[in-house]
Amino acid sequence: MAIEGADLIKAAAFLGAGLSMGLGAIGPGVGEGMAAAKACEAIGRNPKEAGLLTRTMLVGQAVSESTGIYSLVVALLLLFVV
Amino acid sequence: MEQDIQTWVNLAAYAGGGLSIGFGAIGAAIGEGYTAAQANAAVSRNPALAGDVFKSMLVGQAIAESASIFALVVAMILLFSTISANSFIAVIAVFAAGLAMGFGAVGSGVGAGFPAGAACVGMVRQPAMSGKLTTNMLIGSAVCQTPSIFALVIAFILIFSDFSSHPFWPTWGAILGAGLAAGLSAIGSGIGGGIVAGASSKGIARQPTAIKPVTNIMLLGQAISQTPAILGLLVAFILIFKEFTATETIAPAMALLGSGLCMGIGGIGPGIGEGIASSGGVKWIARNEKSIGTLTRTMLVGMAVAESTAIYAMVISLVLVFVV
Repeated sequence: MAIEGADLIKAAAFLGAGLSMGLGAIGPGVGEGMAAAKACEAIGRNPKEAGLLTRTMLVGQAVSESTGIYSLVVALLLLFVV
Repeated sequence: MEQDIQTWVNLAAYAGGGLSIGFGAIGAAIGEGYTAAQANAAVSRNPALAGDVFKSMLVGQAIAESASIFALVVAMILLFSTISANSFIAVIAVFAAGLAMGFGAVGSGVGAGFPAGAACVGMVRQPAMSGKLTTNMLIGSAVCQTPSIFALVIAFILIFSDFSSHPFWPTWGAILGAGLAAGLSAIGSGIGGGIVAGASSKGIARQPTAIKPVTNIMLLGQAISQTPAILGLLVAFILIFKEFTATETIAPAMALLGSGLCMGIGGIGPGIGEGIASSGGVKWIARNEKSIGTLTRTMLVGMAVAESTAIYAMVISLVLVFVV
């Protein structure tokens, strides 16, 4: 089979998209879990502040989600734009 | 050069078998070492209970061992059985089977060590609870084994299926991707499920009256921690059973391989993260049983957010299979 430049670039972009989203999912997954564990701890110690604590947890998780979203964006760019 | 398929299949089977038990030994060894360390710490606290702790350590280690026994079984099959070699896809399939089972055994082995260690320490703290602690440990570490069973299923399908009617390009990418998706995604869920079960055994030892809610929430947390492995299994099934049209280019094969890698690696982080989140919930439900409703809600919300990156990974891998 003949290997052409355009084909090779497509192949690298597809593999890169998979690696980008795959590796990019590790950090946010673990980090958000830690945030949730600490939020549970804080609610266990002070149940009255559950609302505030859940809100803070969600804001913190949203921030750590951002790198996962960057990975998603880069993966989509590699799939559909490059 | 004469291309003798049987030789290549044997070569790939030997390499796959080596990788299967090689990777598969990592997790069980770490898990069992952790259990033994915790058991030693427990015996030093109360040497009079050394017999009970020793028994529970051995039972816990036996369960942690099971994942690596699966890997050994797959390695033996790859080394000693005659594998039908009617196309070059079989070469990739046996290698992928070894990778799937090797990676798949890591998480369950590490994970099953946590509840076993916590149960050893716990029965020194609350000798009256040792029976219930052992039960909780057995349930928790049994659930930890499910991701490695998924990997075993995929490994068997890869070894015993006949792919000869499929075109080599791009099917080889799908087959290798399926092995990686099932194997790698099992790592996170195995470790995550183990962290939850460890927190539950610790919690029961600390607060024996809370055994019922703690066990229930442990099972809930473990079930959700398994989802990345289930997504990995789903992607692996799609990659194995979908028919692909023959191509003259490299790109489709790389898209399918990328799809498997994406779901496999992408499942690791969420699996561990959900385990950590749920262990926080379980730990504090044991200490503050009155707030169980609020704690469970926050735990579930936190786990759902941690799951999101696994969903992104699944979306990208499905796009790689069906769209591009």
